[in-house]
Amino acid sequence: MEAVIQIRNLRKIYHLGETEVVALNGVDLDVHENEYVAIMGPSGSGKSTLMNIIGCLDVPTAGTYHLAGEPVDEMDDDALALIRNRRIGFIFQSFNLLPRTSILRNVELPLVYSGMSKDERTEKAANALEKVGLRDRMMHQPNELSGGQRQRVAIARALVNEPSILLADDPTGNLDSHTGQEIMALFEVLFAPGHSLLVVTHEDDIANHARRCIRLRDGLIESDTPIHQPLLSQTS
Amino acid sequence: MNLARLGSEWSEAFRIALEQLRMHKARSMLTALGVIIGIVAVTLMGTAIKGIDTGFTNSLDMLGQDILYIEKWPWGDVGDNWMMYRNRRDIELEDADKINDWIARNPDSNLRIAVPSNVAVTGISRDDRSASGIYINGTSADFAIINTADLQHGRFFTHTEELSRQNVIILGFDVANSLFPEGIEQAIDNTIRMRGLKFKVVGVLERQGSFLGLQSFDKQAIVPLPALQKFSRSDWRNNLRVQIAPGADSDLAYDEITGLYRRIRGLLPEERNDFEINRSEALEKELGPVKSGLAIAGFFITGLALFVGAIGIMNITFVSVKERTREIGTRRAIGARRNAILLQFLIEAVSICLLGGIIGLGLAYGLKTLISNALPNFPFTFSTDLVILACFLSILTGVLSGLAPAWQAAKLDPANALRHE
Repeated sequence: MEAVIQIRNLRKIYHLGETEVVALNGVDLDVHENEYVAIMGPSGSGKSTLMNIIGCLDVPTAGTYHLAGEPVDEMDDDALALIRNRRIGFIFQSFNLLPRTSILRNVELPLVYSGMSKDERTEKAANALEKVGLRDRMMHQPNELSGGQRQRVAIARALVNEPSILLADDPTGNLDSHTGQEIMALFEVLFAPGHSLLVVTHEDDIANHARRCIRLRDGLIESDTPIHQPLLSQTS
Repeated sequence: MNLARLGSEWSEAFRIALEQLRMHKARSMLTALGVIIGIVAVTLMGTAIKGIDTGFTNSLDMLGQDILYIEKWPWGDVGDNWMMYRNRRDIELEDADKINDWIARNPDSNLRIAVPSNVAVTGISRDDRSASGIYINGTSADFAIINTADLQHGRFFTHTEELSRQNVIILGFDVANSLFPEGIEQAIDNTIRMRGLKFKVVGVLERQGSFLGLQSFDKQAIVPLPALQKFSRSDWRNNLRVQIAPGADSDLAYDEITGLYRRIRGLLPEERNDFEINRSEALEKELGPVKSGLAIAGFFITGLALFVGAIGIMNITFVSVKERTREIGTRRAIGARRNAILLQFLIEAVSICLLGGIIGLGLAYGLKTLISNALPNFPFTFSTDLVILACFLSILTGVLSGLAPAWQAAKLDPANALRHE
């Protein structure tokens, strides 16, 4: 079966004044439907850059990236925005919820940008909040919630448009370990067939929730190993 | 292009703009100040110019748009030529009869009637009350035909009264009002004094208002010419008022009376006119520089205020973009297009300007009401096209000042924006 994410010889070079920083130095990667991948590596290894390019937030300097068979590296900004909107769900370390805006409104936002009618999007957003157990909080504002609750709102927002790829950039980095495990458990529950899930993390026990672990070093894939999890059901 | 998506982007942009205005009330108000001043300036200037126009038209109607004045002097500035005008022959009041004879003999004439007139400025008194500086118009009973003001009480004087040199008078509204405070209808058949002569009041004119807000048409009185000549004989002030026939072309009438009056005066073809045909249209030329001066001053002040306002709004929008860089990144990450971000900040800038514009209009309306109350004669008109102009200028200022910051926000790299602290 064809890979959902197909990356060949991907390079990303940043120019900081006179100096060139090579963030990705020729990465090849295939991610298939239903895969759950952890991306690890020391800081500066290029994992966030890789994540941003996969998420269409950034464009590569060289190399090719096909998403579901389409050449993303050749698309214009509007097309990329549409892909981010429809195909990809983002979860950030610092949640990135809009302040002074209700939880419901936050979750609705992707649907606003896809042009859905008000009634329809309110219903979908409420359903997404239901799945993360926050339906009763939907008129609250982010600053009235705990960190774990905020990340659950962010997950609801990422899932509301039913994307095929879910990208989480260090989703537990701002949470205590207990809450972090709760969030990872939520991923397990929501990890529906047909999705692909990529999680960037520093922590081994977070990475261990995944089925496959990719380690980056100096802009290159250092290792790509499957994780065998006979105890998966017991961790959640 | 997906219309539903575009609609959502617009409504989201408006929602954000309103929320920002609510959140930063003081900041928005201070920023809008330049626009407020600009809109007040443009509205007041526009109002004044429009008012002058309206007042002018009203005043021309008082002079009579269809009356040609045959006089020794032209209206307006004579410059260095005053000696030439001074040395002209006086206008003969009897020439009115010659013109009327000619009109009677020519049914196709563009003219209707000629009326002689002379004026004096003097005081009128009644017992211990007096009114000074009254413009006395001595004329014939035919004046009733060309008179532009209706009588509120009484009647005009008759040919008999004119020919028998009776001292009868028709008072202007203000004159009647100040001499007969108990009620102007009391003036009829009462007696007033003028230059030691007794005059019987036969009529009172209705209120006409002032000429350009300067000279009141209500501070006048009308008497038969022979009565005026009992106390005032300044023939250089003689004039003939010739009314254009109904429906006749004003320029044809002008040419006709010029030719006719040259013949009456016996001028040879090579001789120049030794009289002036004045008409109200000529005054418009005099008013032109006043109006354009006001317009230039108004648009200069407006332009300056709006320019300063635009810079303030541009600045605050740049600040807003900086403050909300992460938010921009987030919106882009969940699928907002560049245009959606551009629109968001443009509409934010425009809504501050529009707010300023609306406040400015409110202030201008208040000021206009104050001025109108203080100076009731000052012609001031507030119109819908000024409101539309003000809104248009506000929106234009908003778009121009919001464009650079909004463009900066739109072209932010989403990945960088998300990293922003």
